[in-house]
Order: sequence, then structure tokens, then C-alpha cells
Amino acid sequence: MLEGFDRVPVHVRVNGTLYERTIEPRVLLVDFIREDLDLTGTHIGCDTTYCGACTVLMNGANVKSCTVFAVQADGSEITTIEGLAKDGKLHPVQEAFAANHGLQCGYCTPGLIMSTVYLLSTKQKPTDQEIRKGIAGNTCRCTGYQNIFKAIRAAAAADDNG
Amino acid sequence: MYPNSFRYFRPSTLEEASATLSELGEDAKALAGGQSLIPLMKLRLSSPSALVDLNFIPGSSYIRRSNGTIHFGAMTRHADIENSEIASRVPILHDCAAGIADSQVRNRGTIGGSVAEADPSGDWGPVLLTLDTEVHVIGPGSSRTIGLPEFFLDAYTTVLAPGELVKEIAVKAPSKNTAGAYVAFKRCAPVYANASAAASLTVEDGGACSAARILLGCVGLTAIRASEAEAALIGKQLTIKTIETAAEAAMAAADPQSDMRGSAEYKRALVRVLVKRAIHIAARRARGERVEAGHEYVGRI
Repeated sequence: MLEGFDRVPVHVRVNGTLYERTIEPRVLLVDFIREDLDLTGTHIGCDTTYCGACTVLMNGANVKSCTVFAVQADGSEITTIEGLAKDGKLHPVQEAFAANHGLQCGYCTPGLIMSTVYLLSTKQKPTDQEIRKGIAGNTCRCTGYQNIFKAIRAAAAADDNG
Repeated sequence: MYPNSFRYFRPSTLEEASATLSELGEDAKALAGGQSLIPLMKLRLSSPSALVDLNFIPGSSYIRRSNGTIHFGAMTRHADIENSEIASRVPILHDCAAGIADSQVRNRGTIGGSVAEADPSGDWGPVLLTLDTEVHVIGPGSSRTIGLPEFFLDAYTTVLAPGELVKEIAVKAPSKNTAGAYVAFKRCAPVYANASAAASLTVEDGGACSAARILLGCVGLTAIRASEAEAALIGKQLTIKTIETAAEAAMAAADPQSDMRGSAEYKRALVRVLVKRAIHIAARRARGERVEAGHEYVGRI
């Protein structure tokens, strides 16, 4: 049985790259991503499992990375906002948010985009209700959500959701 | 925010997890989905000296149906239940699973963790208590089965002894003419409900209600069974007047506290409305109709 106090090994693939580190068990996944891997696109908003700014994909499912210990991601595949663009080309969901002005200050945007990518991976043509439900765990304090909806509808209507 | 330091254990079987917890003593905690425990640890409201992580135990997450009973492995995530064909055939299970917090939390949180935590605002308690539910528990060198009504003792308190873990939740699928509904009212998706109501009804071909179970959530130290409300329905036609009488009896059974989720008066008034809705929907479902229910919050449409 794996056991540790100061240092526990963790092997995690983030955006396709395998990272092997030894970390304190109390390190949260979001801090591991931001501080150890220097991927600061994933944001910390409320830090209390509410706002969803820290949303990443863990083995394809959206999770709040402030509420997962990094050691629990051992053996997992993590996708962060930095992992979406390919060959200098934005992901279709990123394109849709840009084209529809689905953001104002942009702080919540990485989390909203990750939840949208997850939603569209589970439902190709979500209804309005399914869109609302899909992003219910992501808080935006600027936009009033209207353009975010527009962006998600546009992304769902696009042929290739990546 | 960082929790206090803790010793981390990653067992590969439930037996090993149970033995480890038992050796470590009461200060150690089991880590299931972590969606309640990790926030509590970050706020330093809980500072266990050790965590025993159940997330790497193979075979602890499953949904199976055999002989009219649905078996949930303790580590089955809410999202797995939300998307399960087997669970969706008992609509009240889908009502509950599909609306717990938000999609991120449902992808981590587990049914076993929720039941073992016994949060008075938890969703699974009232829902599973409307059904015949048993909890299979594994302890150091032993195992036992406990009926859910006997499992919950008080707020955040169950009959689990140190070292004991929930292994499985077994739910008897309701018989023909029986259906339930769960309605929870909350301010927005990620928060706990202000109040919730779960109802299960058996409606005979003539329209009379022959059995009823009504449970209230968030308005007491545990889910409250509203027996007087049940009695108001049994043997009666489910008219608007009968349902109103039952809802008023449920209101009297509620024992809410005033807090940031509303005054006691407000929650009691909410109970009346939610119980009526749950009864109406359960009755329609018992007659074979498909009706949506679940968590209600602003923005859900």
C-alpha cells in the first residue's frame, strides 16, 4: 500500500506530457498545476468548491481542481485550458467564446470553456436546458451569461467540437 | 487554501482500507469523493491526521440489478447514477443524482460517501429512505448489513464504528403502481438545498393511495419521516384537498433552524409547497406518466 507524509510520488499526464514529481499529499491539484507545472491558465476563484474557475478535465470528466488532491490524480490524464489549442489553432470552443464575446474580464473563462468541452463530449447537440445545467457549476460575475450561452450554442452547432 | 498536513494511505482493497483505518484510530478519515471533506479540511474545520484514499480500490464502483434490487458500489459517483439506465428506471434515484450540486461535483462525489457523511442537508438520505434501502458495511475482519433507517443516528453521525466502511448501498426497486419523486429547492446549483421533499406512493387502479412514504430534507438533524402526512394519504383518493392536508401535516413535522438559507418559518412554508409537488409528481409517475422532477434553482429553466 502506498503511504506517505512529506513526499508521495505522483505520475500524471497533463496536456499529453507525463510529469513525475514527489509532493506533499495536501497539495491540491490546482496548486500542483499552477505552481509545480507553471500552467497558470487554470484559475483559483472562490477556493471553496463553488465557482468553477479551477475546472479541468480529469480522465475526460470536468472536476474542480481546488477540490482534488494532486496525489489523487496519480495515473490520470489531465487537460487544462493550455491543452486545447492545437498547432497554434484555437479549439472550436475557444473560437466560439471569442467570436460571440462570451466573456468580459475573462477570469472565469478557462473554467467555463473546460465545462463546455466536457458538456459537448457527453452531448453533441445539447438543449438550452442541458447547456444551463452543464455550466451550473461555473460562476461568471460579469456577463450575465447571455453571450456565454450564445458561444456554447455556436460551438455545439459547429461541425467539429474537437 | 491548504489543509493541515496529513499522512496519506492508498489501500487497494476495502479490507485493507478498513484495517488501516482501524489501526490509525478515530483521528483518521476515509477519503471518498472528497467534495465535502476536502473543503472542510481547507477551511481547517476538519484536520484529520491521516487520510485513507478509497479512490484507487478496484471494483468499488458499480451499478447492478439482480432479483429486483439495485446495488450501488460505495464509490459510485453521482454522475454514474445520473447516466445509468438501471438507476433511471427508478425515477426518484435519477431526480436525486442528476441535481446534486453541479457536474464537476457529481463527477467526484459518491453515494457511499454521501450516506456515510450523514449531512442533514444531504440529498441521498431522504431519497433512499423512501425506498427499502440497506447499507452493506465492511469492518476489520467482519461485515454486516444495516437498514438505512437504523444507519442514521444524528447529524453527521451514523452507526459506523471506527474502521467500518460502507461497501454497498442496496435499494429494492419499487413494485408496480409505486413511484417516487424528489424535489429540492436551492438558491443555485452548487449549494445545499433550503429544503427538500421525497415522496413514494402506491396508487391502486381505482386511484386510491395504498402506501406512502414522505421524507423531508434540510429541516432537521436527520431526514425527517412525516408519518402524519403519510397517514393523511393512505386509503384516500389523491385529491387536491387530501394532498393539502398531507402537506400541512408535513409542515408540522419539519423542525427547521433559521440560518443563512432562510428563516425557520420560510423553510416550513417551503416544505408545504415541496411536499405537494413531490406527491403530485409521484402520483402521476405511479400511474405510468413520465414527469420531470429534481432540484429546482434559478436558471434551471
